[in-house]
Amino acid sequence: MLEQLEGSQAVAAAVARCRPEVISCYPITPQTHIVENLSSRVRRGEIGSCQFINAESEFGALSILIGASAAGARTYTATGSQGLLFMAEAVYNASGLGLPIVMTIGNRAIGAPINIWNDHSDSMSMRDAGWIQLFAETNQEAVDLHIQAFRLAEELTCPVMVCMDGFILTHAIEPVDIPDQESVDGFLPPYDPVQVLDPEDPVTIGAMVGPEAFAEVRYLAHHKQLRALERIPQLSAEFREQFGRTSGGLSDAYRTDDADTIVVALGSVNGTIRDAVDELRDKGIKVGSLKLGSYRPFPVAQVRAVLHPSKRAIVVEKDLALGKGGIVSSDVKMALRGLPTIVQTVIAGLGGRSITKDSLIRMIGEARAGHLDEPHFLDLNWTAIHQELDRQRRERRSGPTPEHLLRVVNAVNAKLP
Amino acid sequence: MTDRQRIKFYQTGTFTVGNRLLGEEERTVQSRMERTNSLNSGHRACQGCGEALGARYAVDAAMRASGHRLIAVNATGCLEVFSTPYPESSWKIPWLHSVFGNAPAVATGVAAALRAKGRTDVKVLAQGGDGGTVDIGFGCLSGMFERNDDVLYVCYDNEAYMNTGVQRSGSTPPSARTMTTPAVGDHPGNPIGTGKNVPRIAMAHGLAYVATASVADLRDLEAKVTKAMGISGSRYIHIHVPCPLGWAHDPALTIKVARLAVESGLFPLFEAEFGKITGRSFIRRKVPVDRYLELQGRFKHLFGDRADRAALASIQSIADAHIAEYGLGEEETSGGNSGGT
Repeated sequence: MLEQLEGSQAVAAAVARCRPEVISCYPITPQTHIVENLSSRVRRGEIGSCQFINAESEFGALSILIGASAAGARTYTATGSQGLLFMAEAVYNASGLGLPIVMTIGNRAIGAPINIWNDHSDSMSMRDAGWIQLFAETNQEAVDLHIQAFRLAEELTCPVMVCMDGFILTHAIEPVDIPDQESVDGFLPPYDPVQVLDPEDPVTIGAMVGPEAFAEVRYLAHHKQLRALERIPQLSAEFREQFGRTSGGLSDAYRTDDADTIVVALGSVNGTIRDAVDELRDKGIKVGSLKLGSYRPFPVAQVRAVLHPSKRAIVVEKDLALGKGGIVSSDVKMALRGLPTIVQTVIAGLGGRSITKDSLIRMIGEARAGHLDEPHFLDLNWTAIHQELDRQRRERRSGPTPEHLLRVVNAVNAKLP
Repeated sequence: MTDRQRIKFYQTGTFTVGNRLLGEEERTVQSRMERTNSLNSGHRACQGCGEALGARYAVDAAMRASGHRLIAVNATGCLEVFSTPYPESSWKIPWLHSVFGNAPAVATGVAAALRAKGRTDVKVLAQGGDGGTVDIGFGCLSGMFERNDDVLYVCYDNEAYMNTGVQRSGSTPPSARTMTTPAVGDHPGNPIGTGKNVPRIAMAHGLAYVATASVADLRDLEAKVTKAMGISGSRYIHIHVPCPLGWAHDPALTIKVARLAVESGLFPLFEAEFGKITGRSFIRRKVPVDRYLELQGRFKHLFGDRADRAALASIQSIADAHIAEYGLGEEETSGGNSGGT
């Protein structure tokens, strides 16, 4: 049954149906509505004996789940941005210990300058932490991915991040179907841990491993990701069979069959990209889109299979590897190694800047004409940048850059008709 | 005054701990055949390690008190490293190490999972050194305290980061030499007037039980752990554990050094409930702090040709202030509590 729900409320409802046993959280925008909602559900007794713990920090929140998961509980938290960075040490530790924690990332930029709006810098910072990273395009997909995430995490004993764009999804109200309890129970069996703290059968968890076995331990963690490459599409198919809709999967190709140019992206922007594709297709321009549903593991084979016949892949990514350029585009280039397909990087949507269909269409046109710089910064205000660079050259104590930039931008905007 | 203090454990002139003076039920956990050896032999602690000794007594006492239903969480540090290089483990109990600064939070999570599963029979112990407790883990510790999570946290305080090679912590005492507070310059060693008193901070959280203990009085240590295990909510025990490596004392003198810390007043032994002091170990023979300090290489710069009398006087005044603050000398003057043997 479709309900009109905010993304966060929908995710909370789905997580509740997954019967978590310990939820711990620390507030950070834009994920806070999720855990607020869950705290009410726990208080009302809707999630059985689930314990809800208000932690003193994100590092504390994830650490609490590390203990709870090692003691055999199904565990959940949500964070984003600075919060994910603050828990970084525990993020690596959770995957190293093989604990199937599920965490929503309300994707948000990382400061300074402080910025609460959406981009993917946060989850990209943890891309090598050993967590599976799934990206939702819509709130319905976010709901469905959480149900799949617990199953995937517990099967592989590997933690999973479900990444959803902050505000764009977390705060958007859309019609969503929340699967009923019986269906979720049918898809997600109770958690059966492979290692557990139990006085009846005492084990030592988290001890030191030296050079003689560390590489093998890390390889086996990598191997879990490789197994996830098989399990993610299988679980998506199983989910479709049981719930009657397609959600998740490693990737999703749209109108790519005869495309000379394919736009690759993660998350909610794929909707806008498909609109752009449709508009260009109407004009006879052979463009397609490839949505990446899983960023870790990275679906190398699927990306290669979809992109290799095309002339050009344009990776639109909401992150920036300072001093280099694209992050996702590097992975795409790796997937296409040895092939003539040109891979272009488009840095877009940083700090919540809208990625409009018009901008995408203009950018795709430039790319097809061979005029796109590499990396390309979509809709960057070069006037403001040059003014600030000039000012910095003139003045040694030039002060806080963001302040001056905003003055310039506002002055420019004020002059617009 | 606690019950056990009605019996004197120190025989006149010998300082021998007198199990045999006690009834069967009052004897120490370690003296019993059924002790659990939770931290088993074969670990890699240094000779004379105070932390290994303290942990053995604390965990065995906790095991007995919990009916052998105990899960331990350990911060990174000496205790973690010397007890668990895979595939070896000295722990005969379920034991989890996550990272350096999160042991209190991890323990909270274990307790939450047990509560979710209705396992009221299993208890949770968290433990760490002073670095993991008073410095890097302090945020998590304070969070665990204020939420009153059902965990006994034991800090083994050897007053510096010993595992990484003796660097200053927030628990390093005044004037102590560490690798990051070297004994050079006009004010050698750790600056006087710095440091953090976590037992008092724990009391300020209103915990049902806070205690300090020392490996110099293992009977008292066991009794405090046992008492703490009988209480629910957050509890905190801070155990003073000499480190022959970091303190540069003879490994054979660990107990003596620990005892002099107590008898000088530098490390007061007390218990507190809900923020109020409810018990203290009176100092039987007060000793000047010099007696404690001079056994340790980390204070060597305070003595000899270039003796720092001002620093010694400061440290003595700290000890005197402890004795006054906690009333550690009251027993002699009150005259009414000198029962026992």
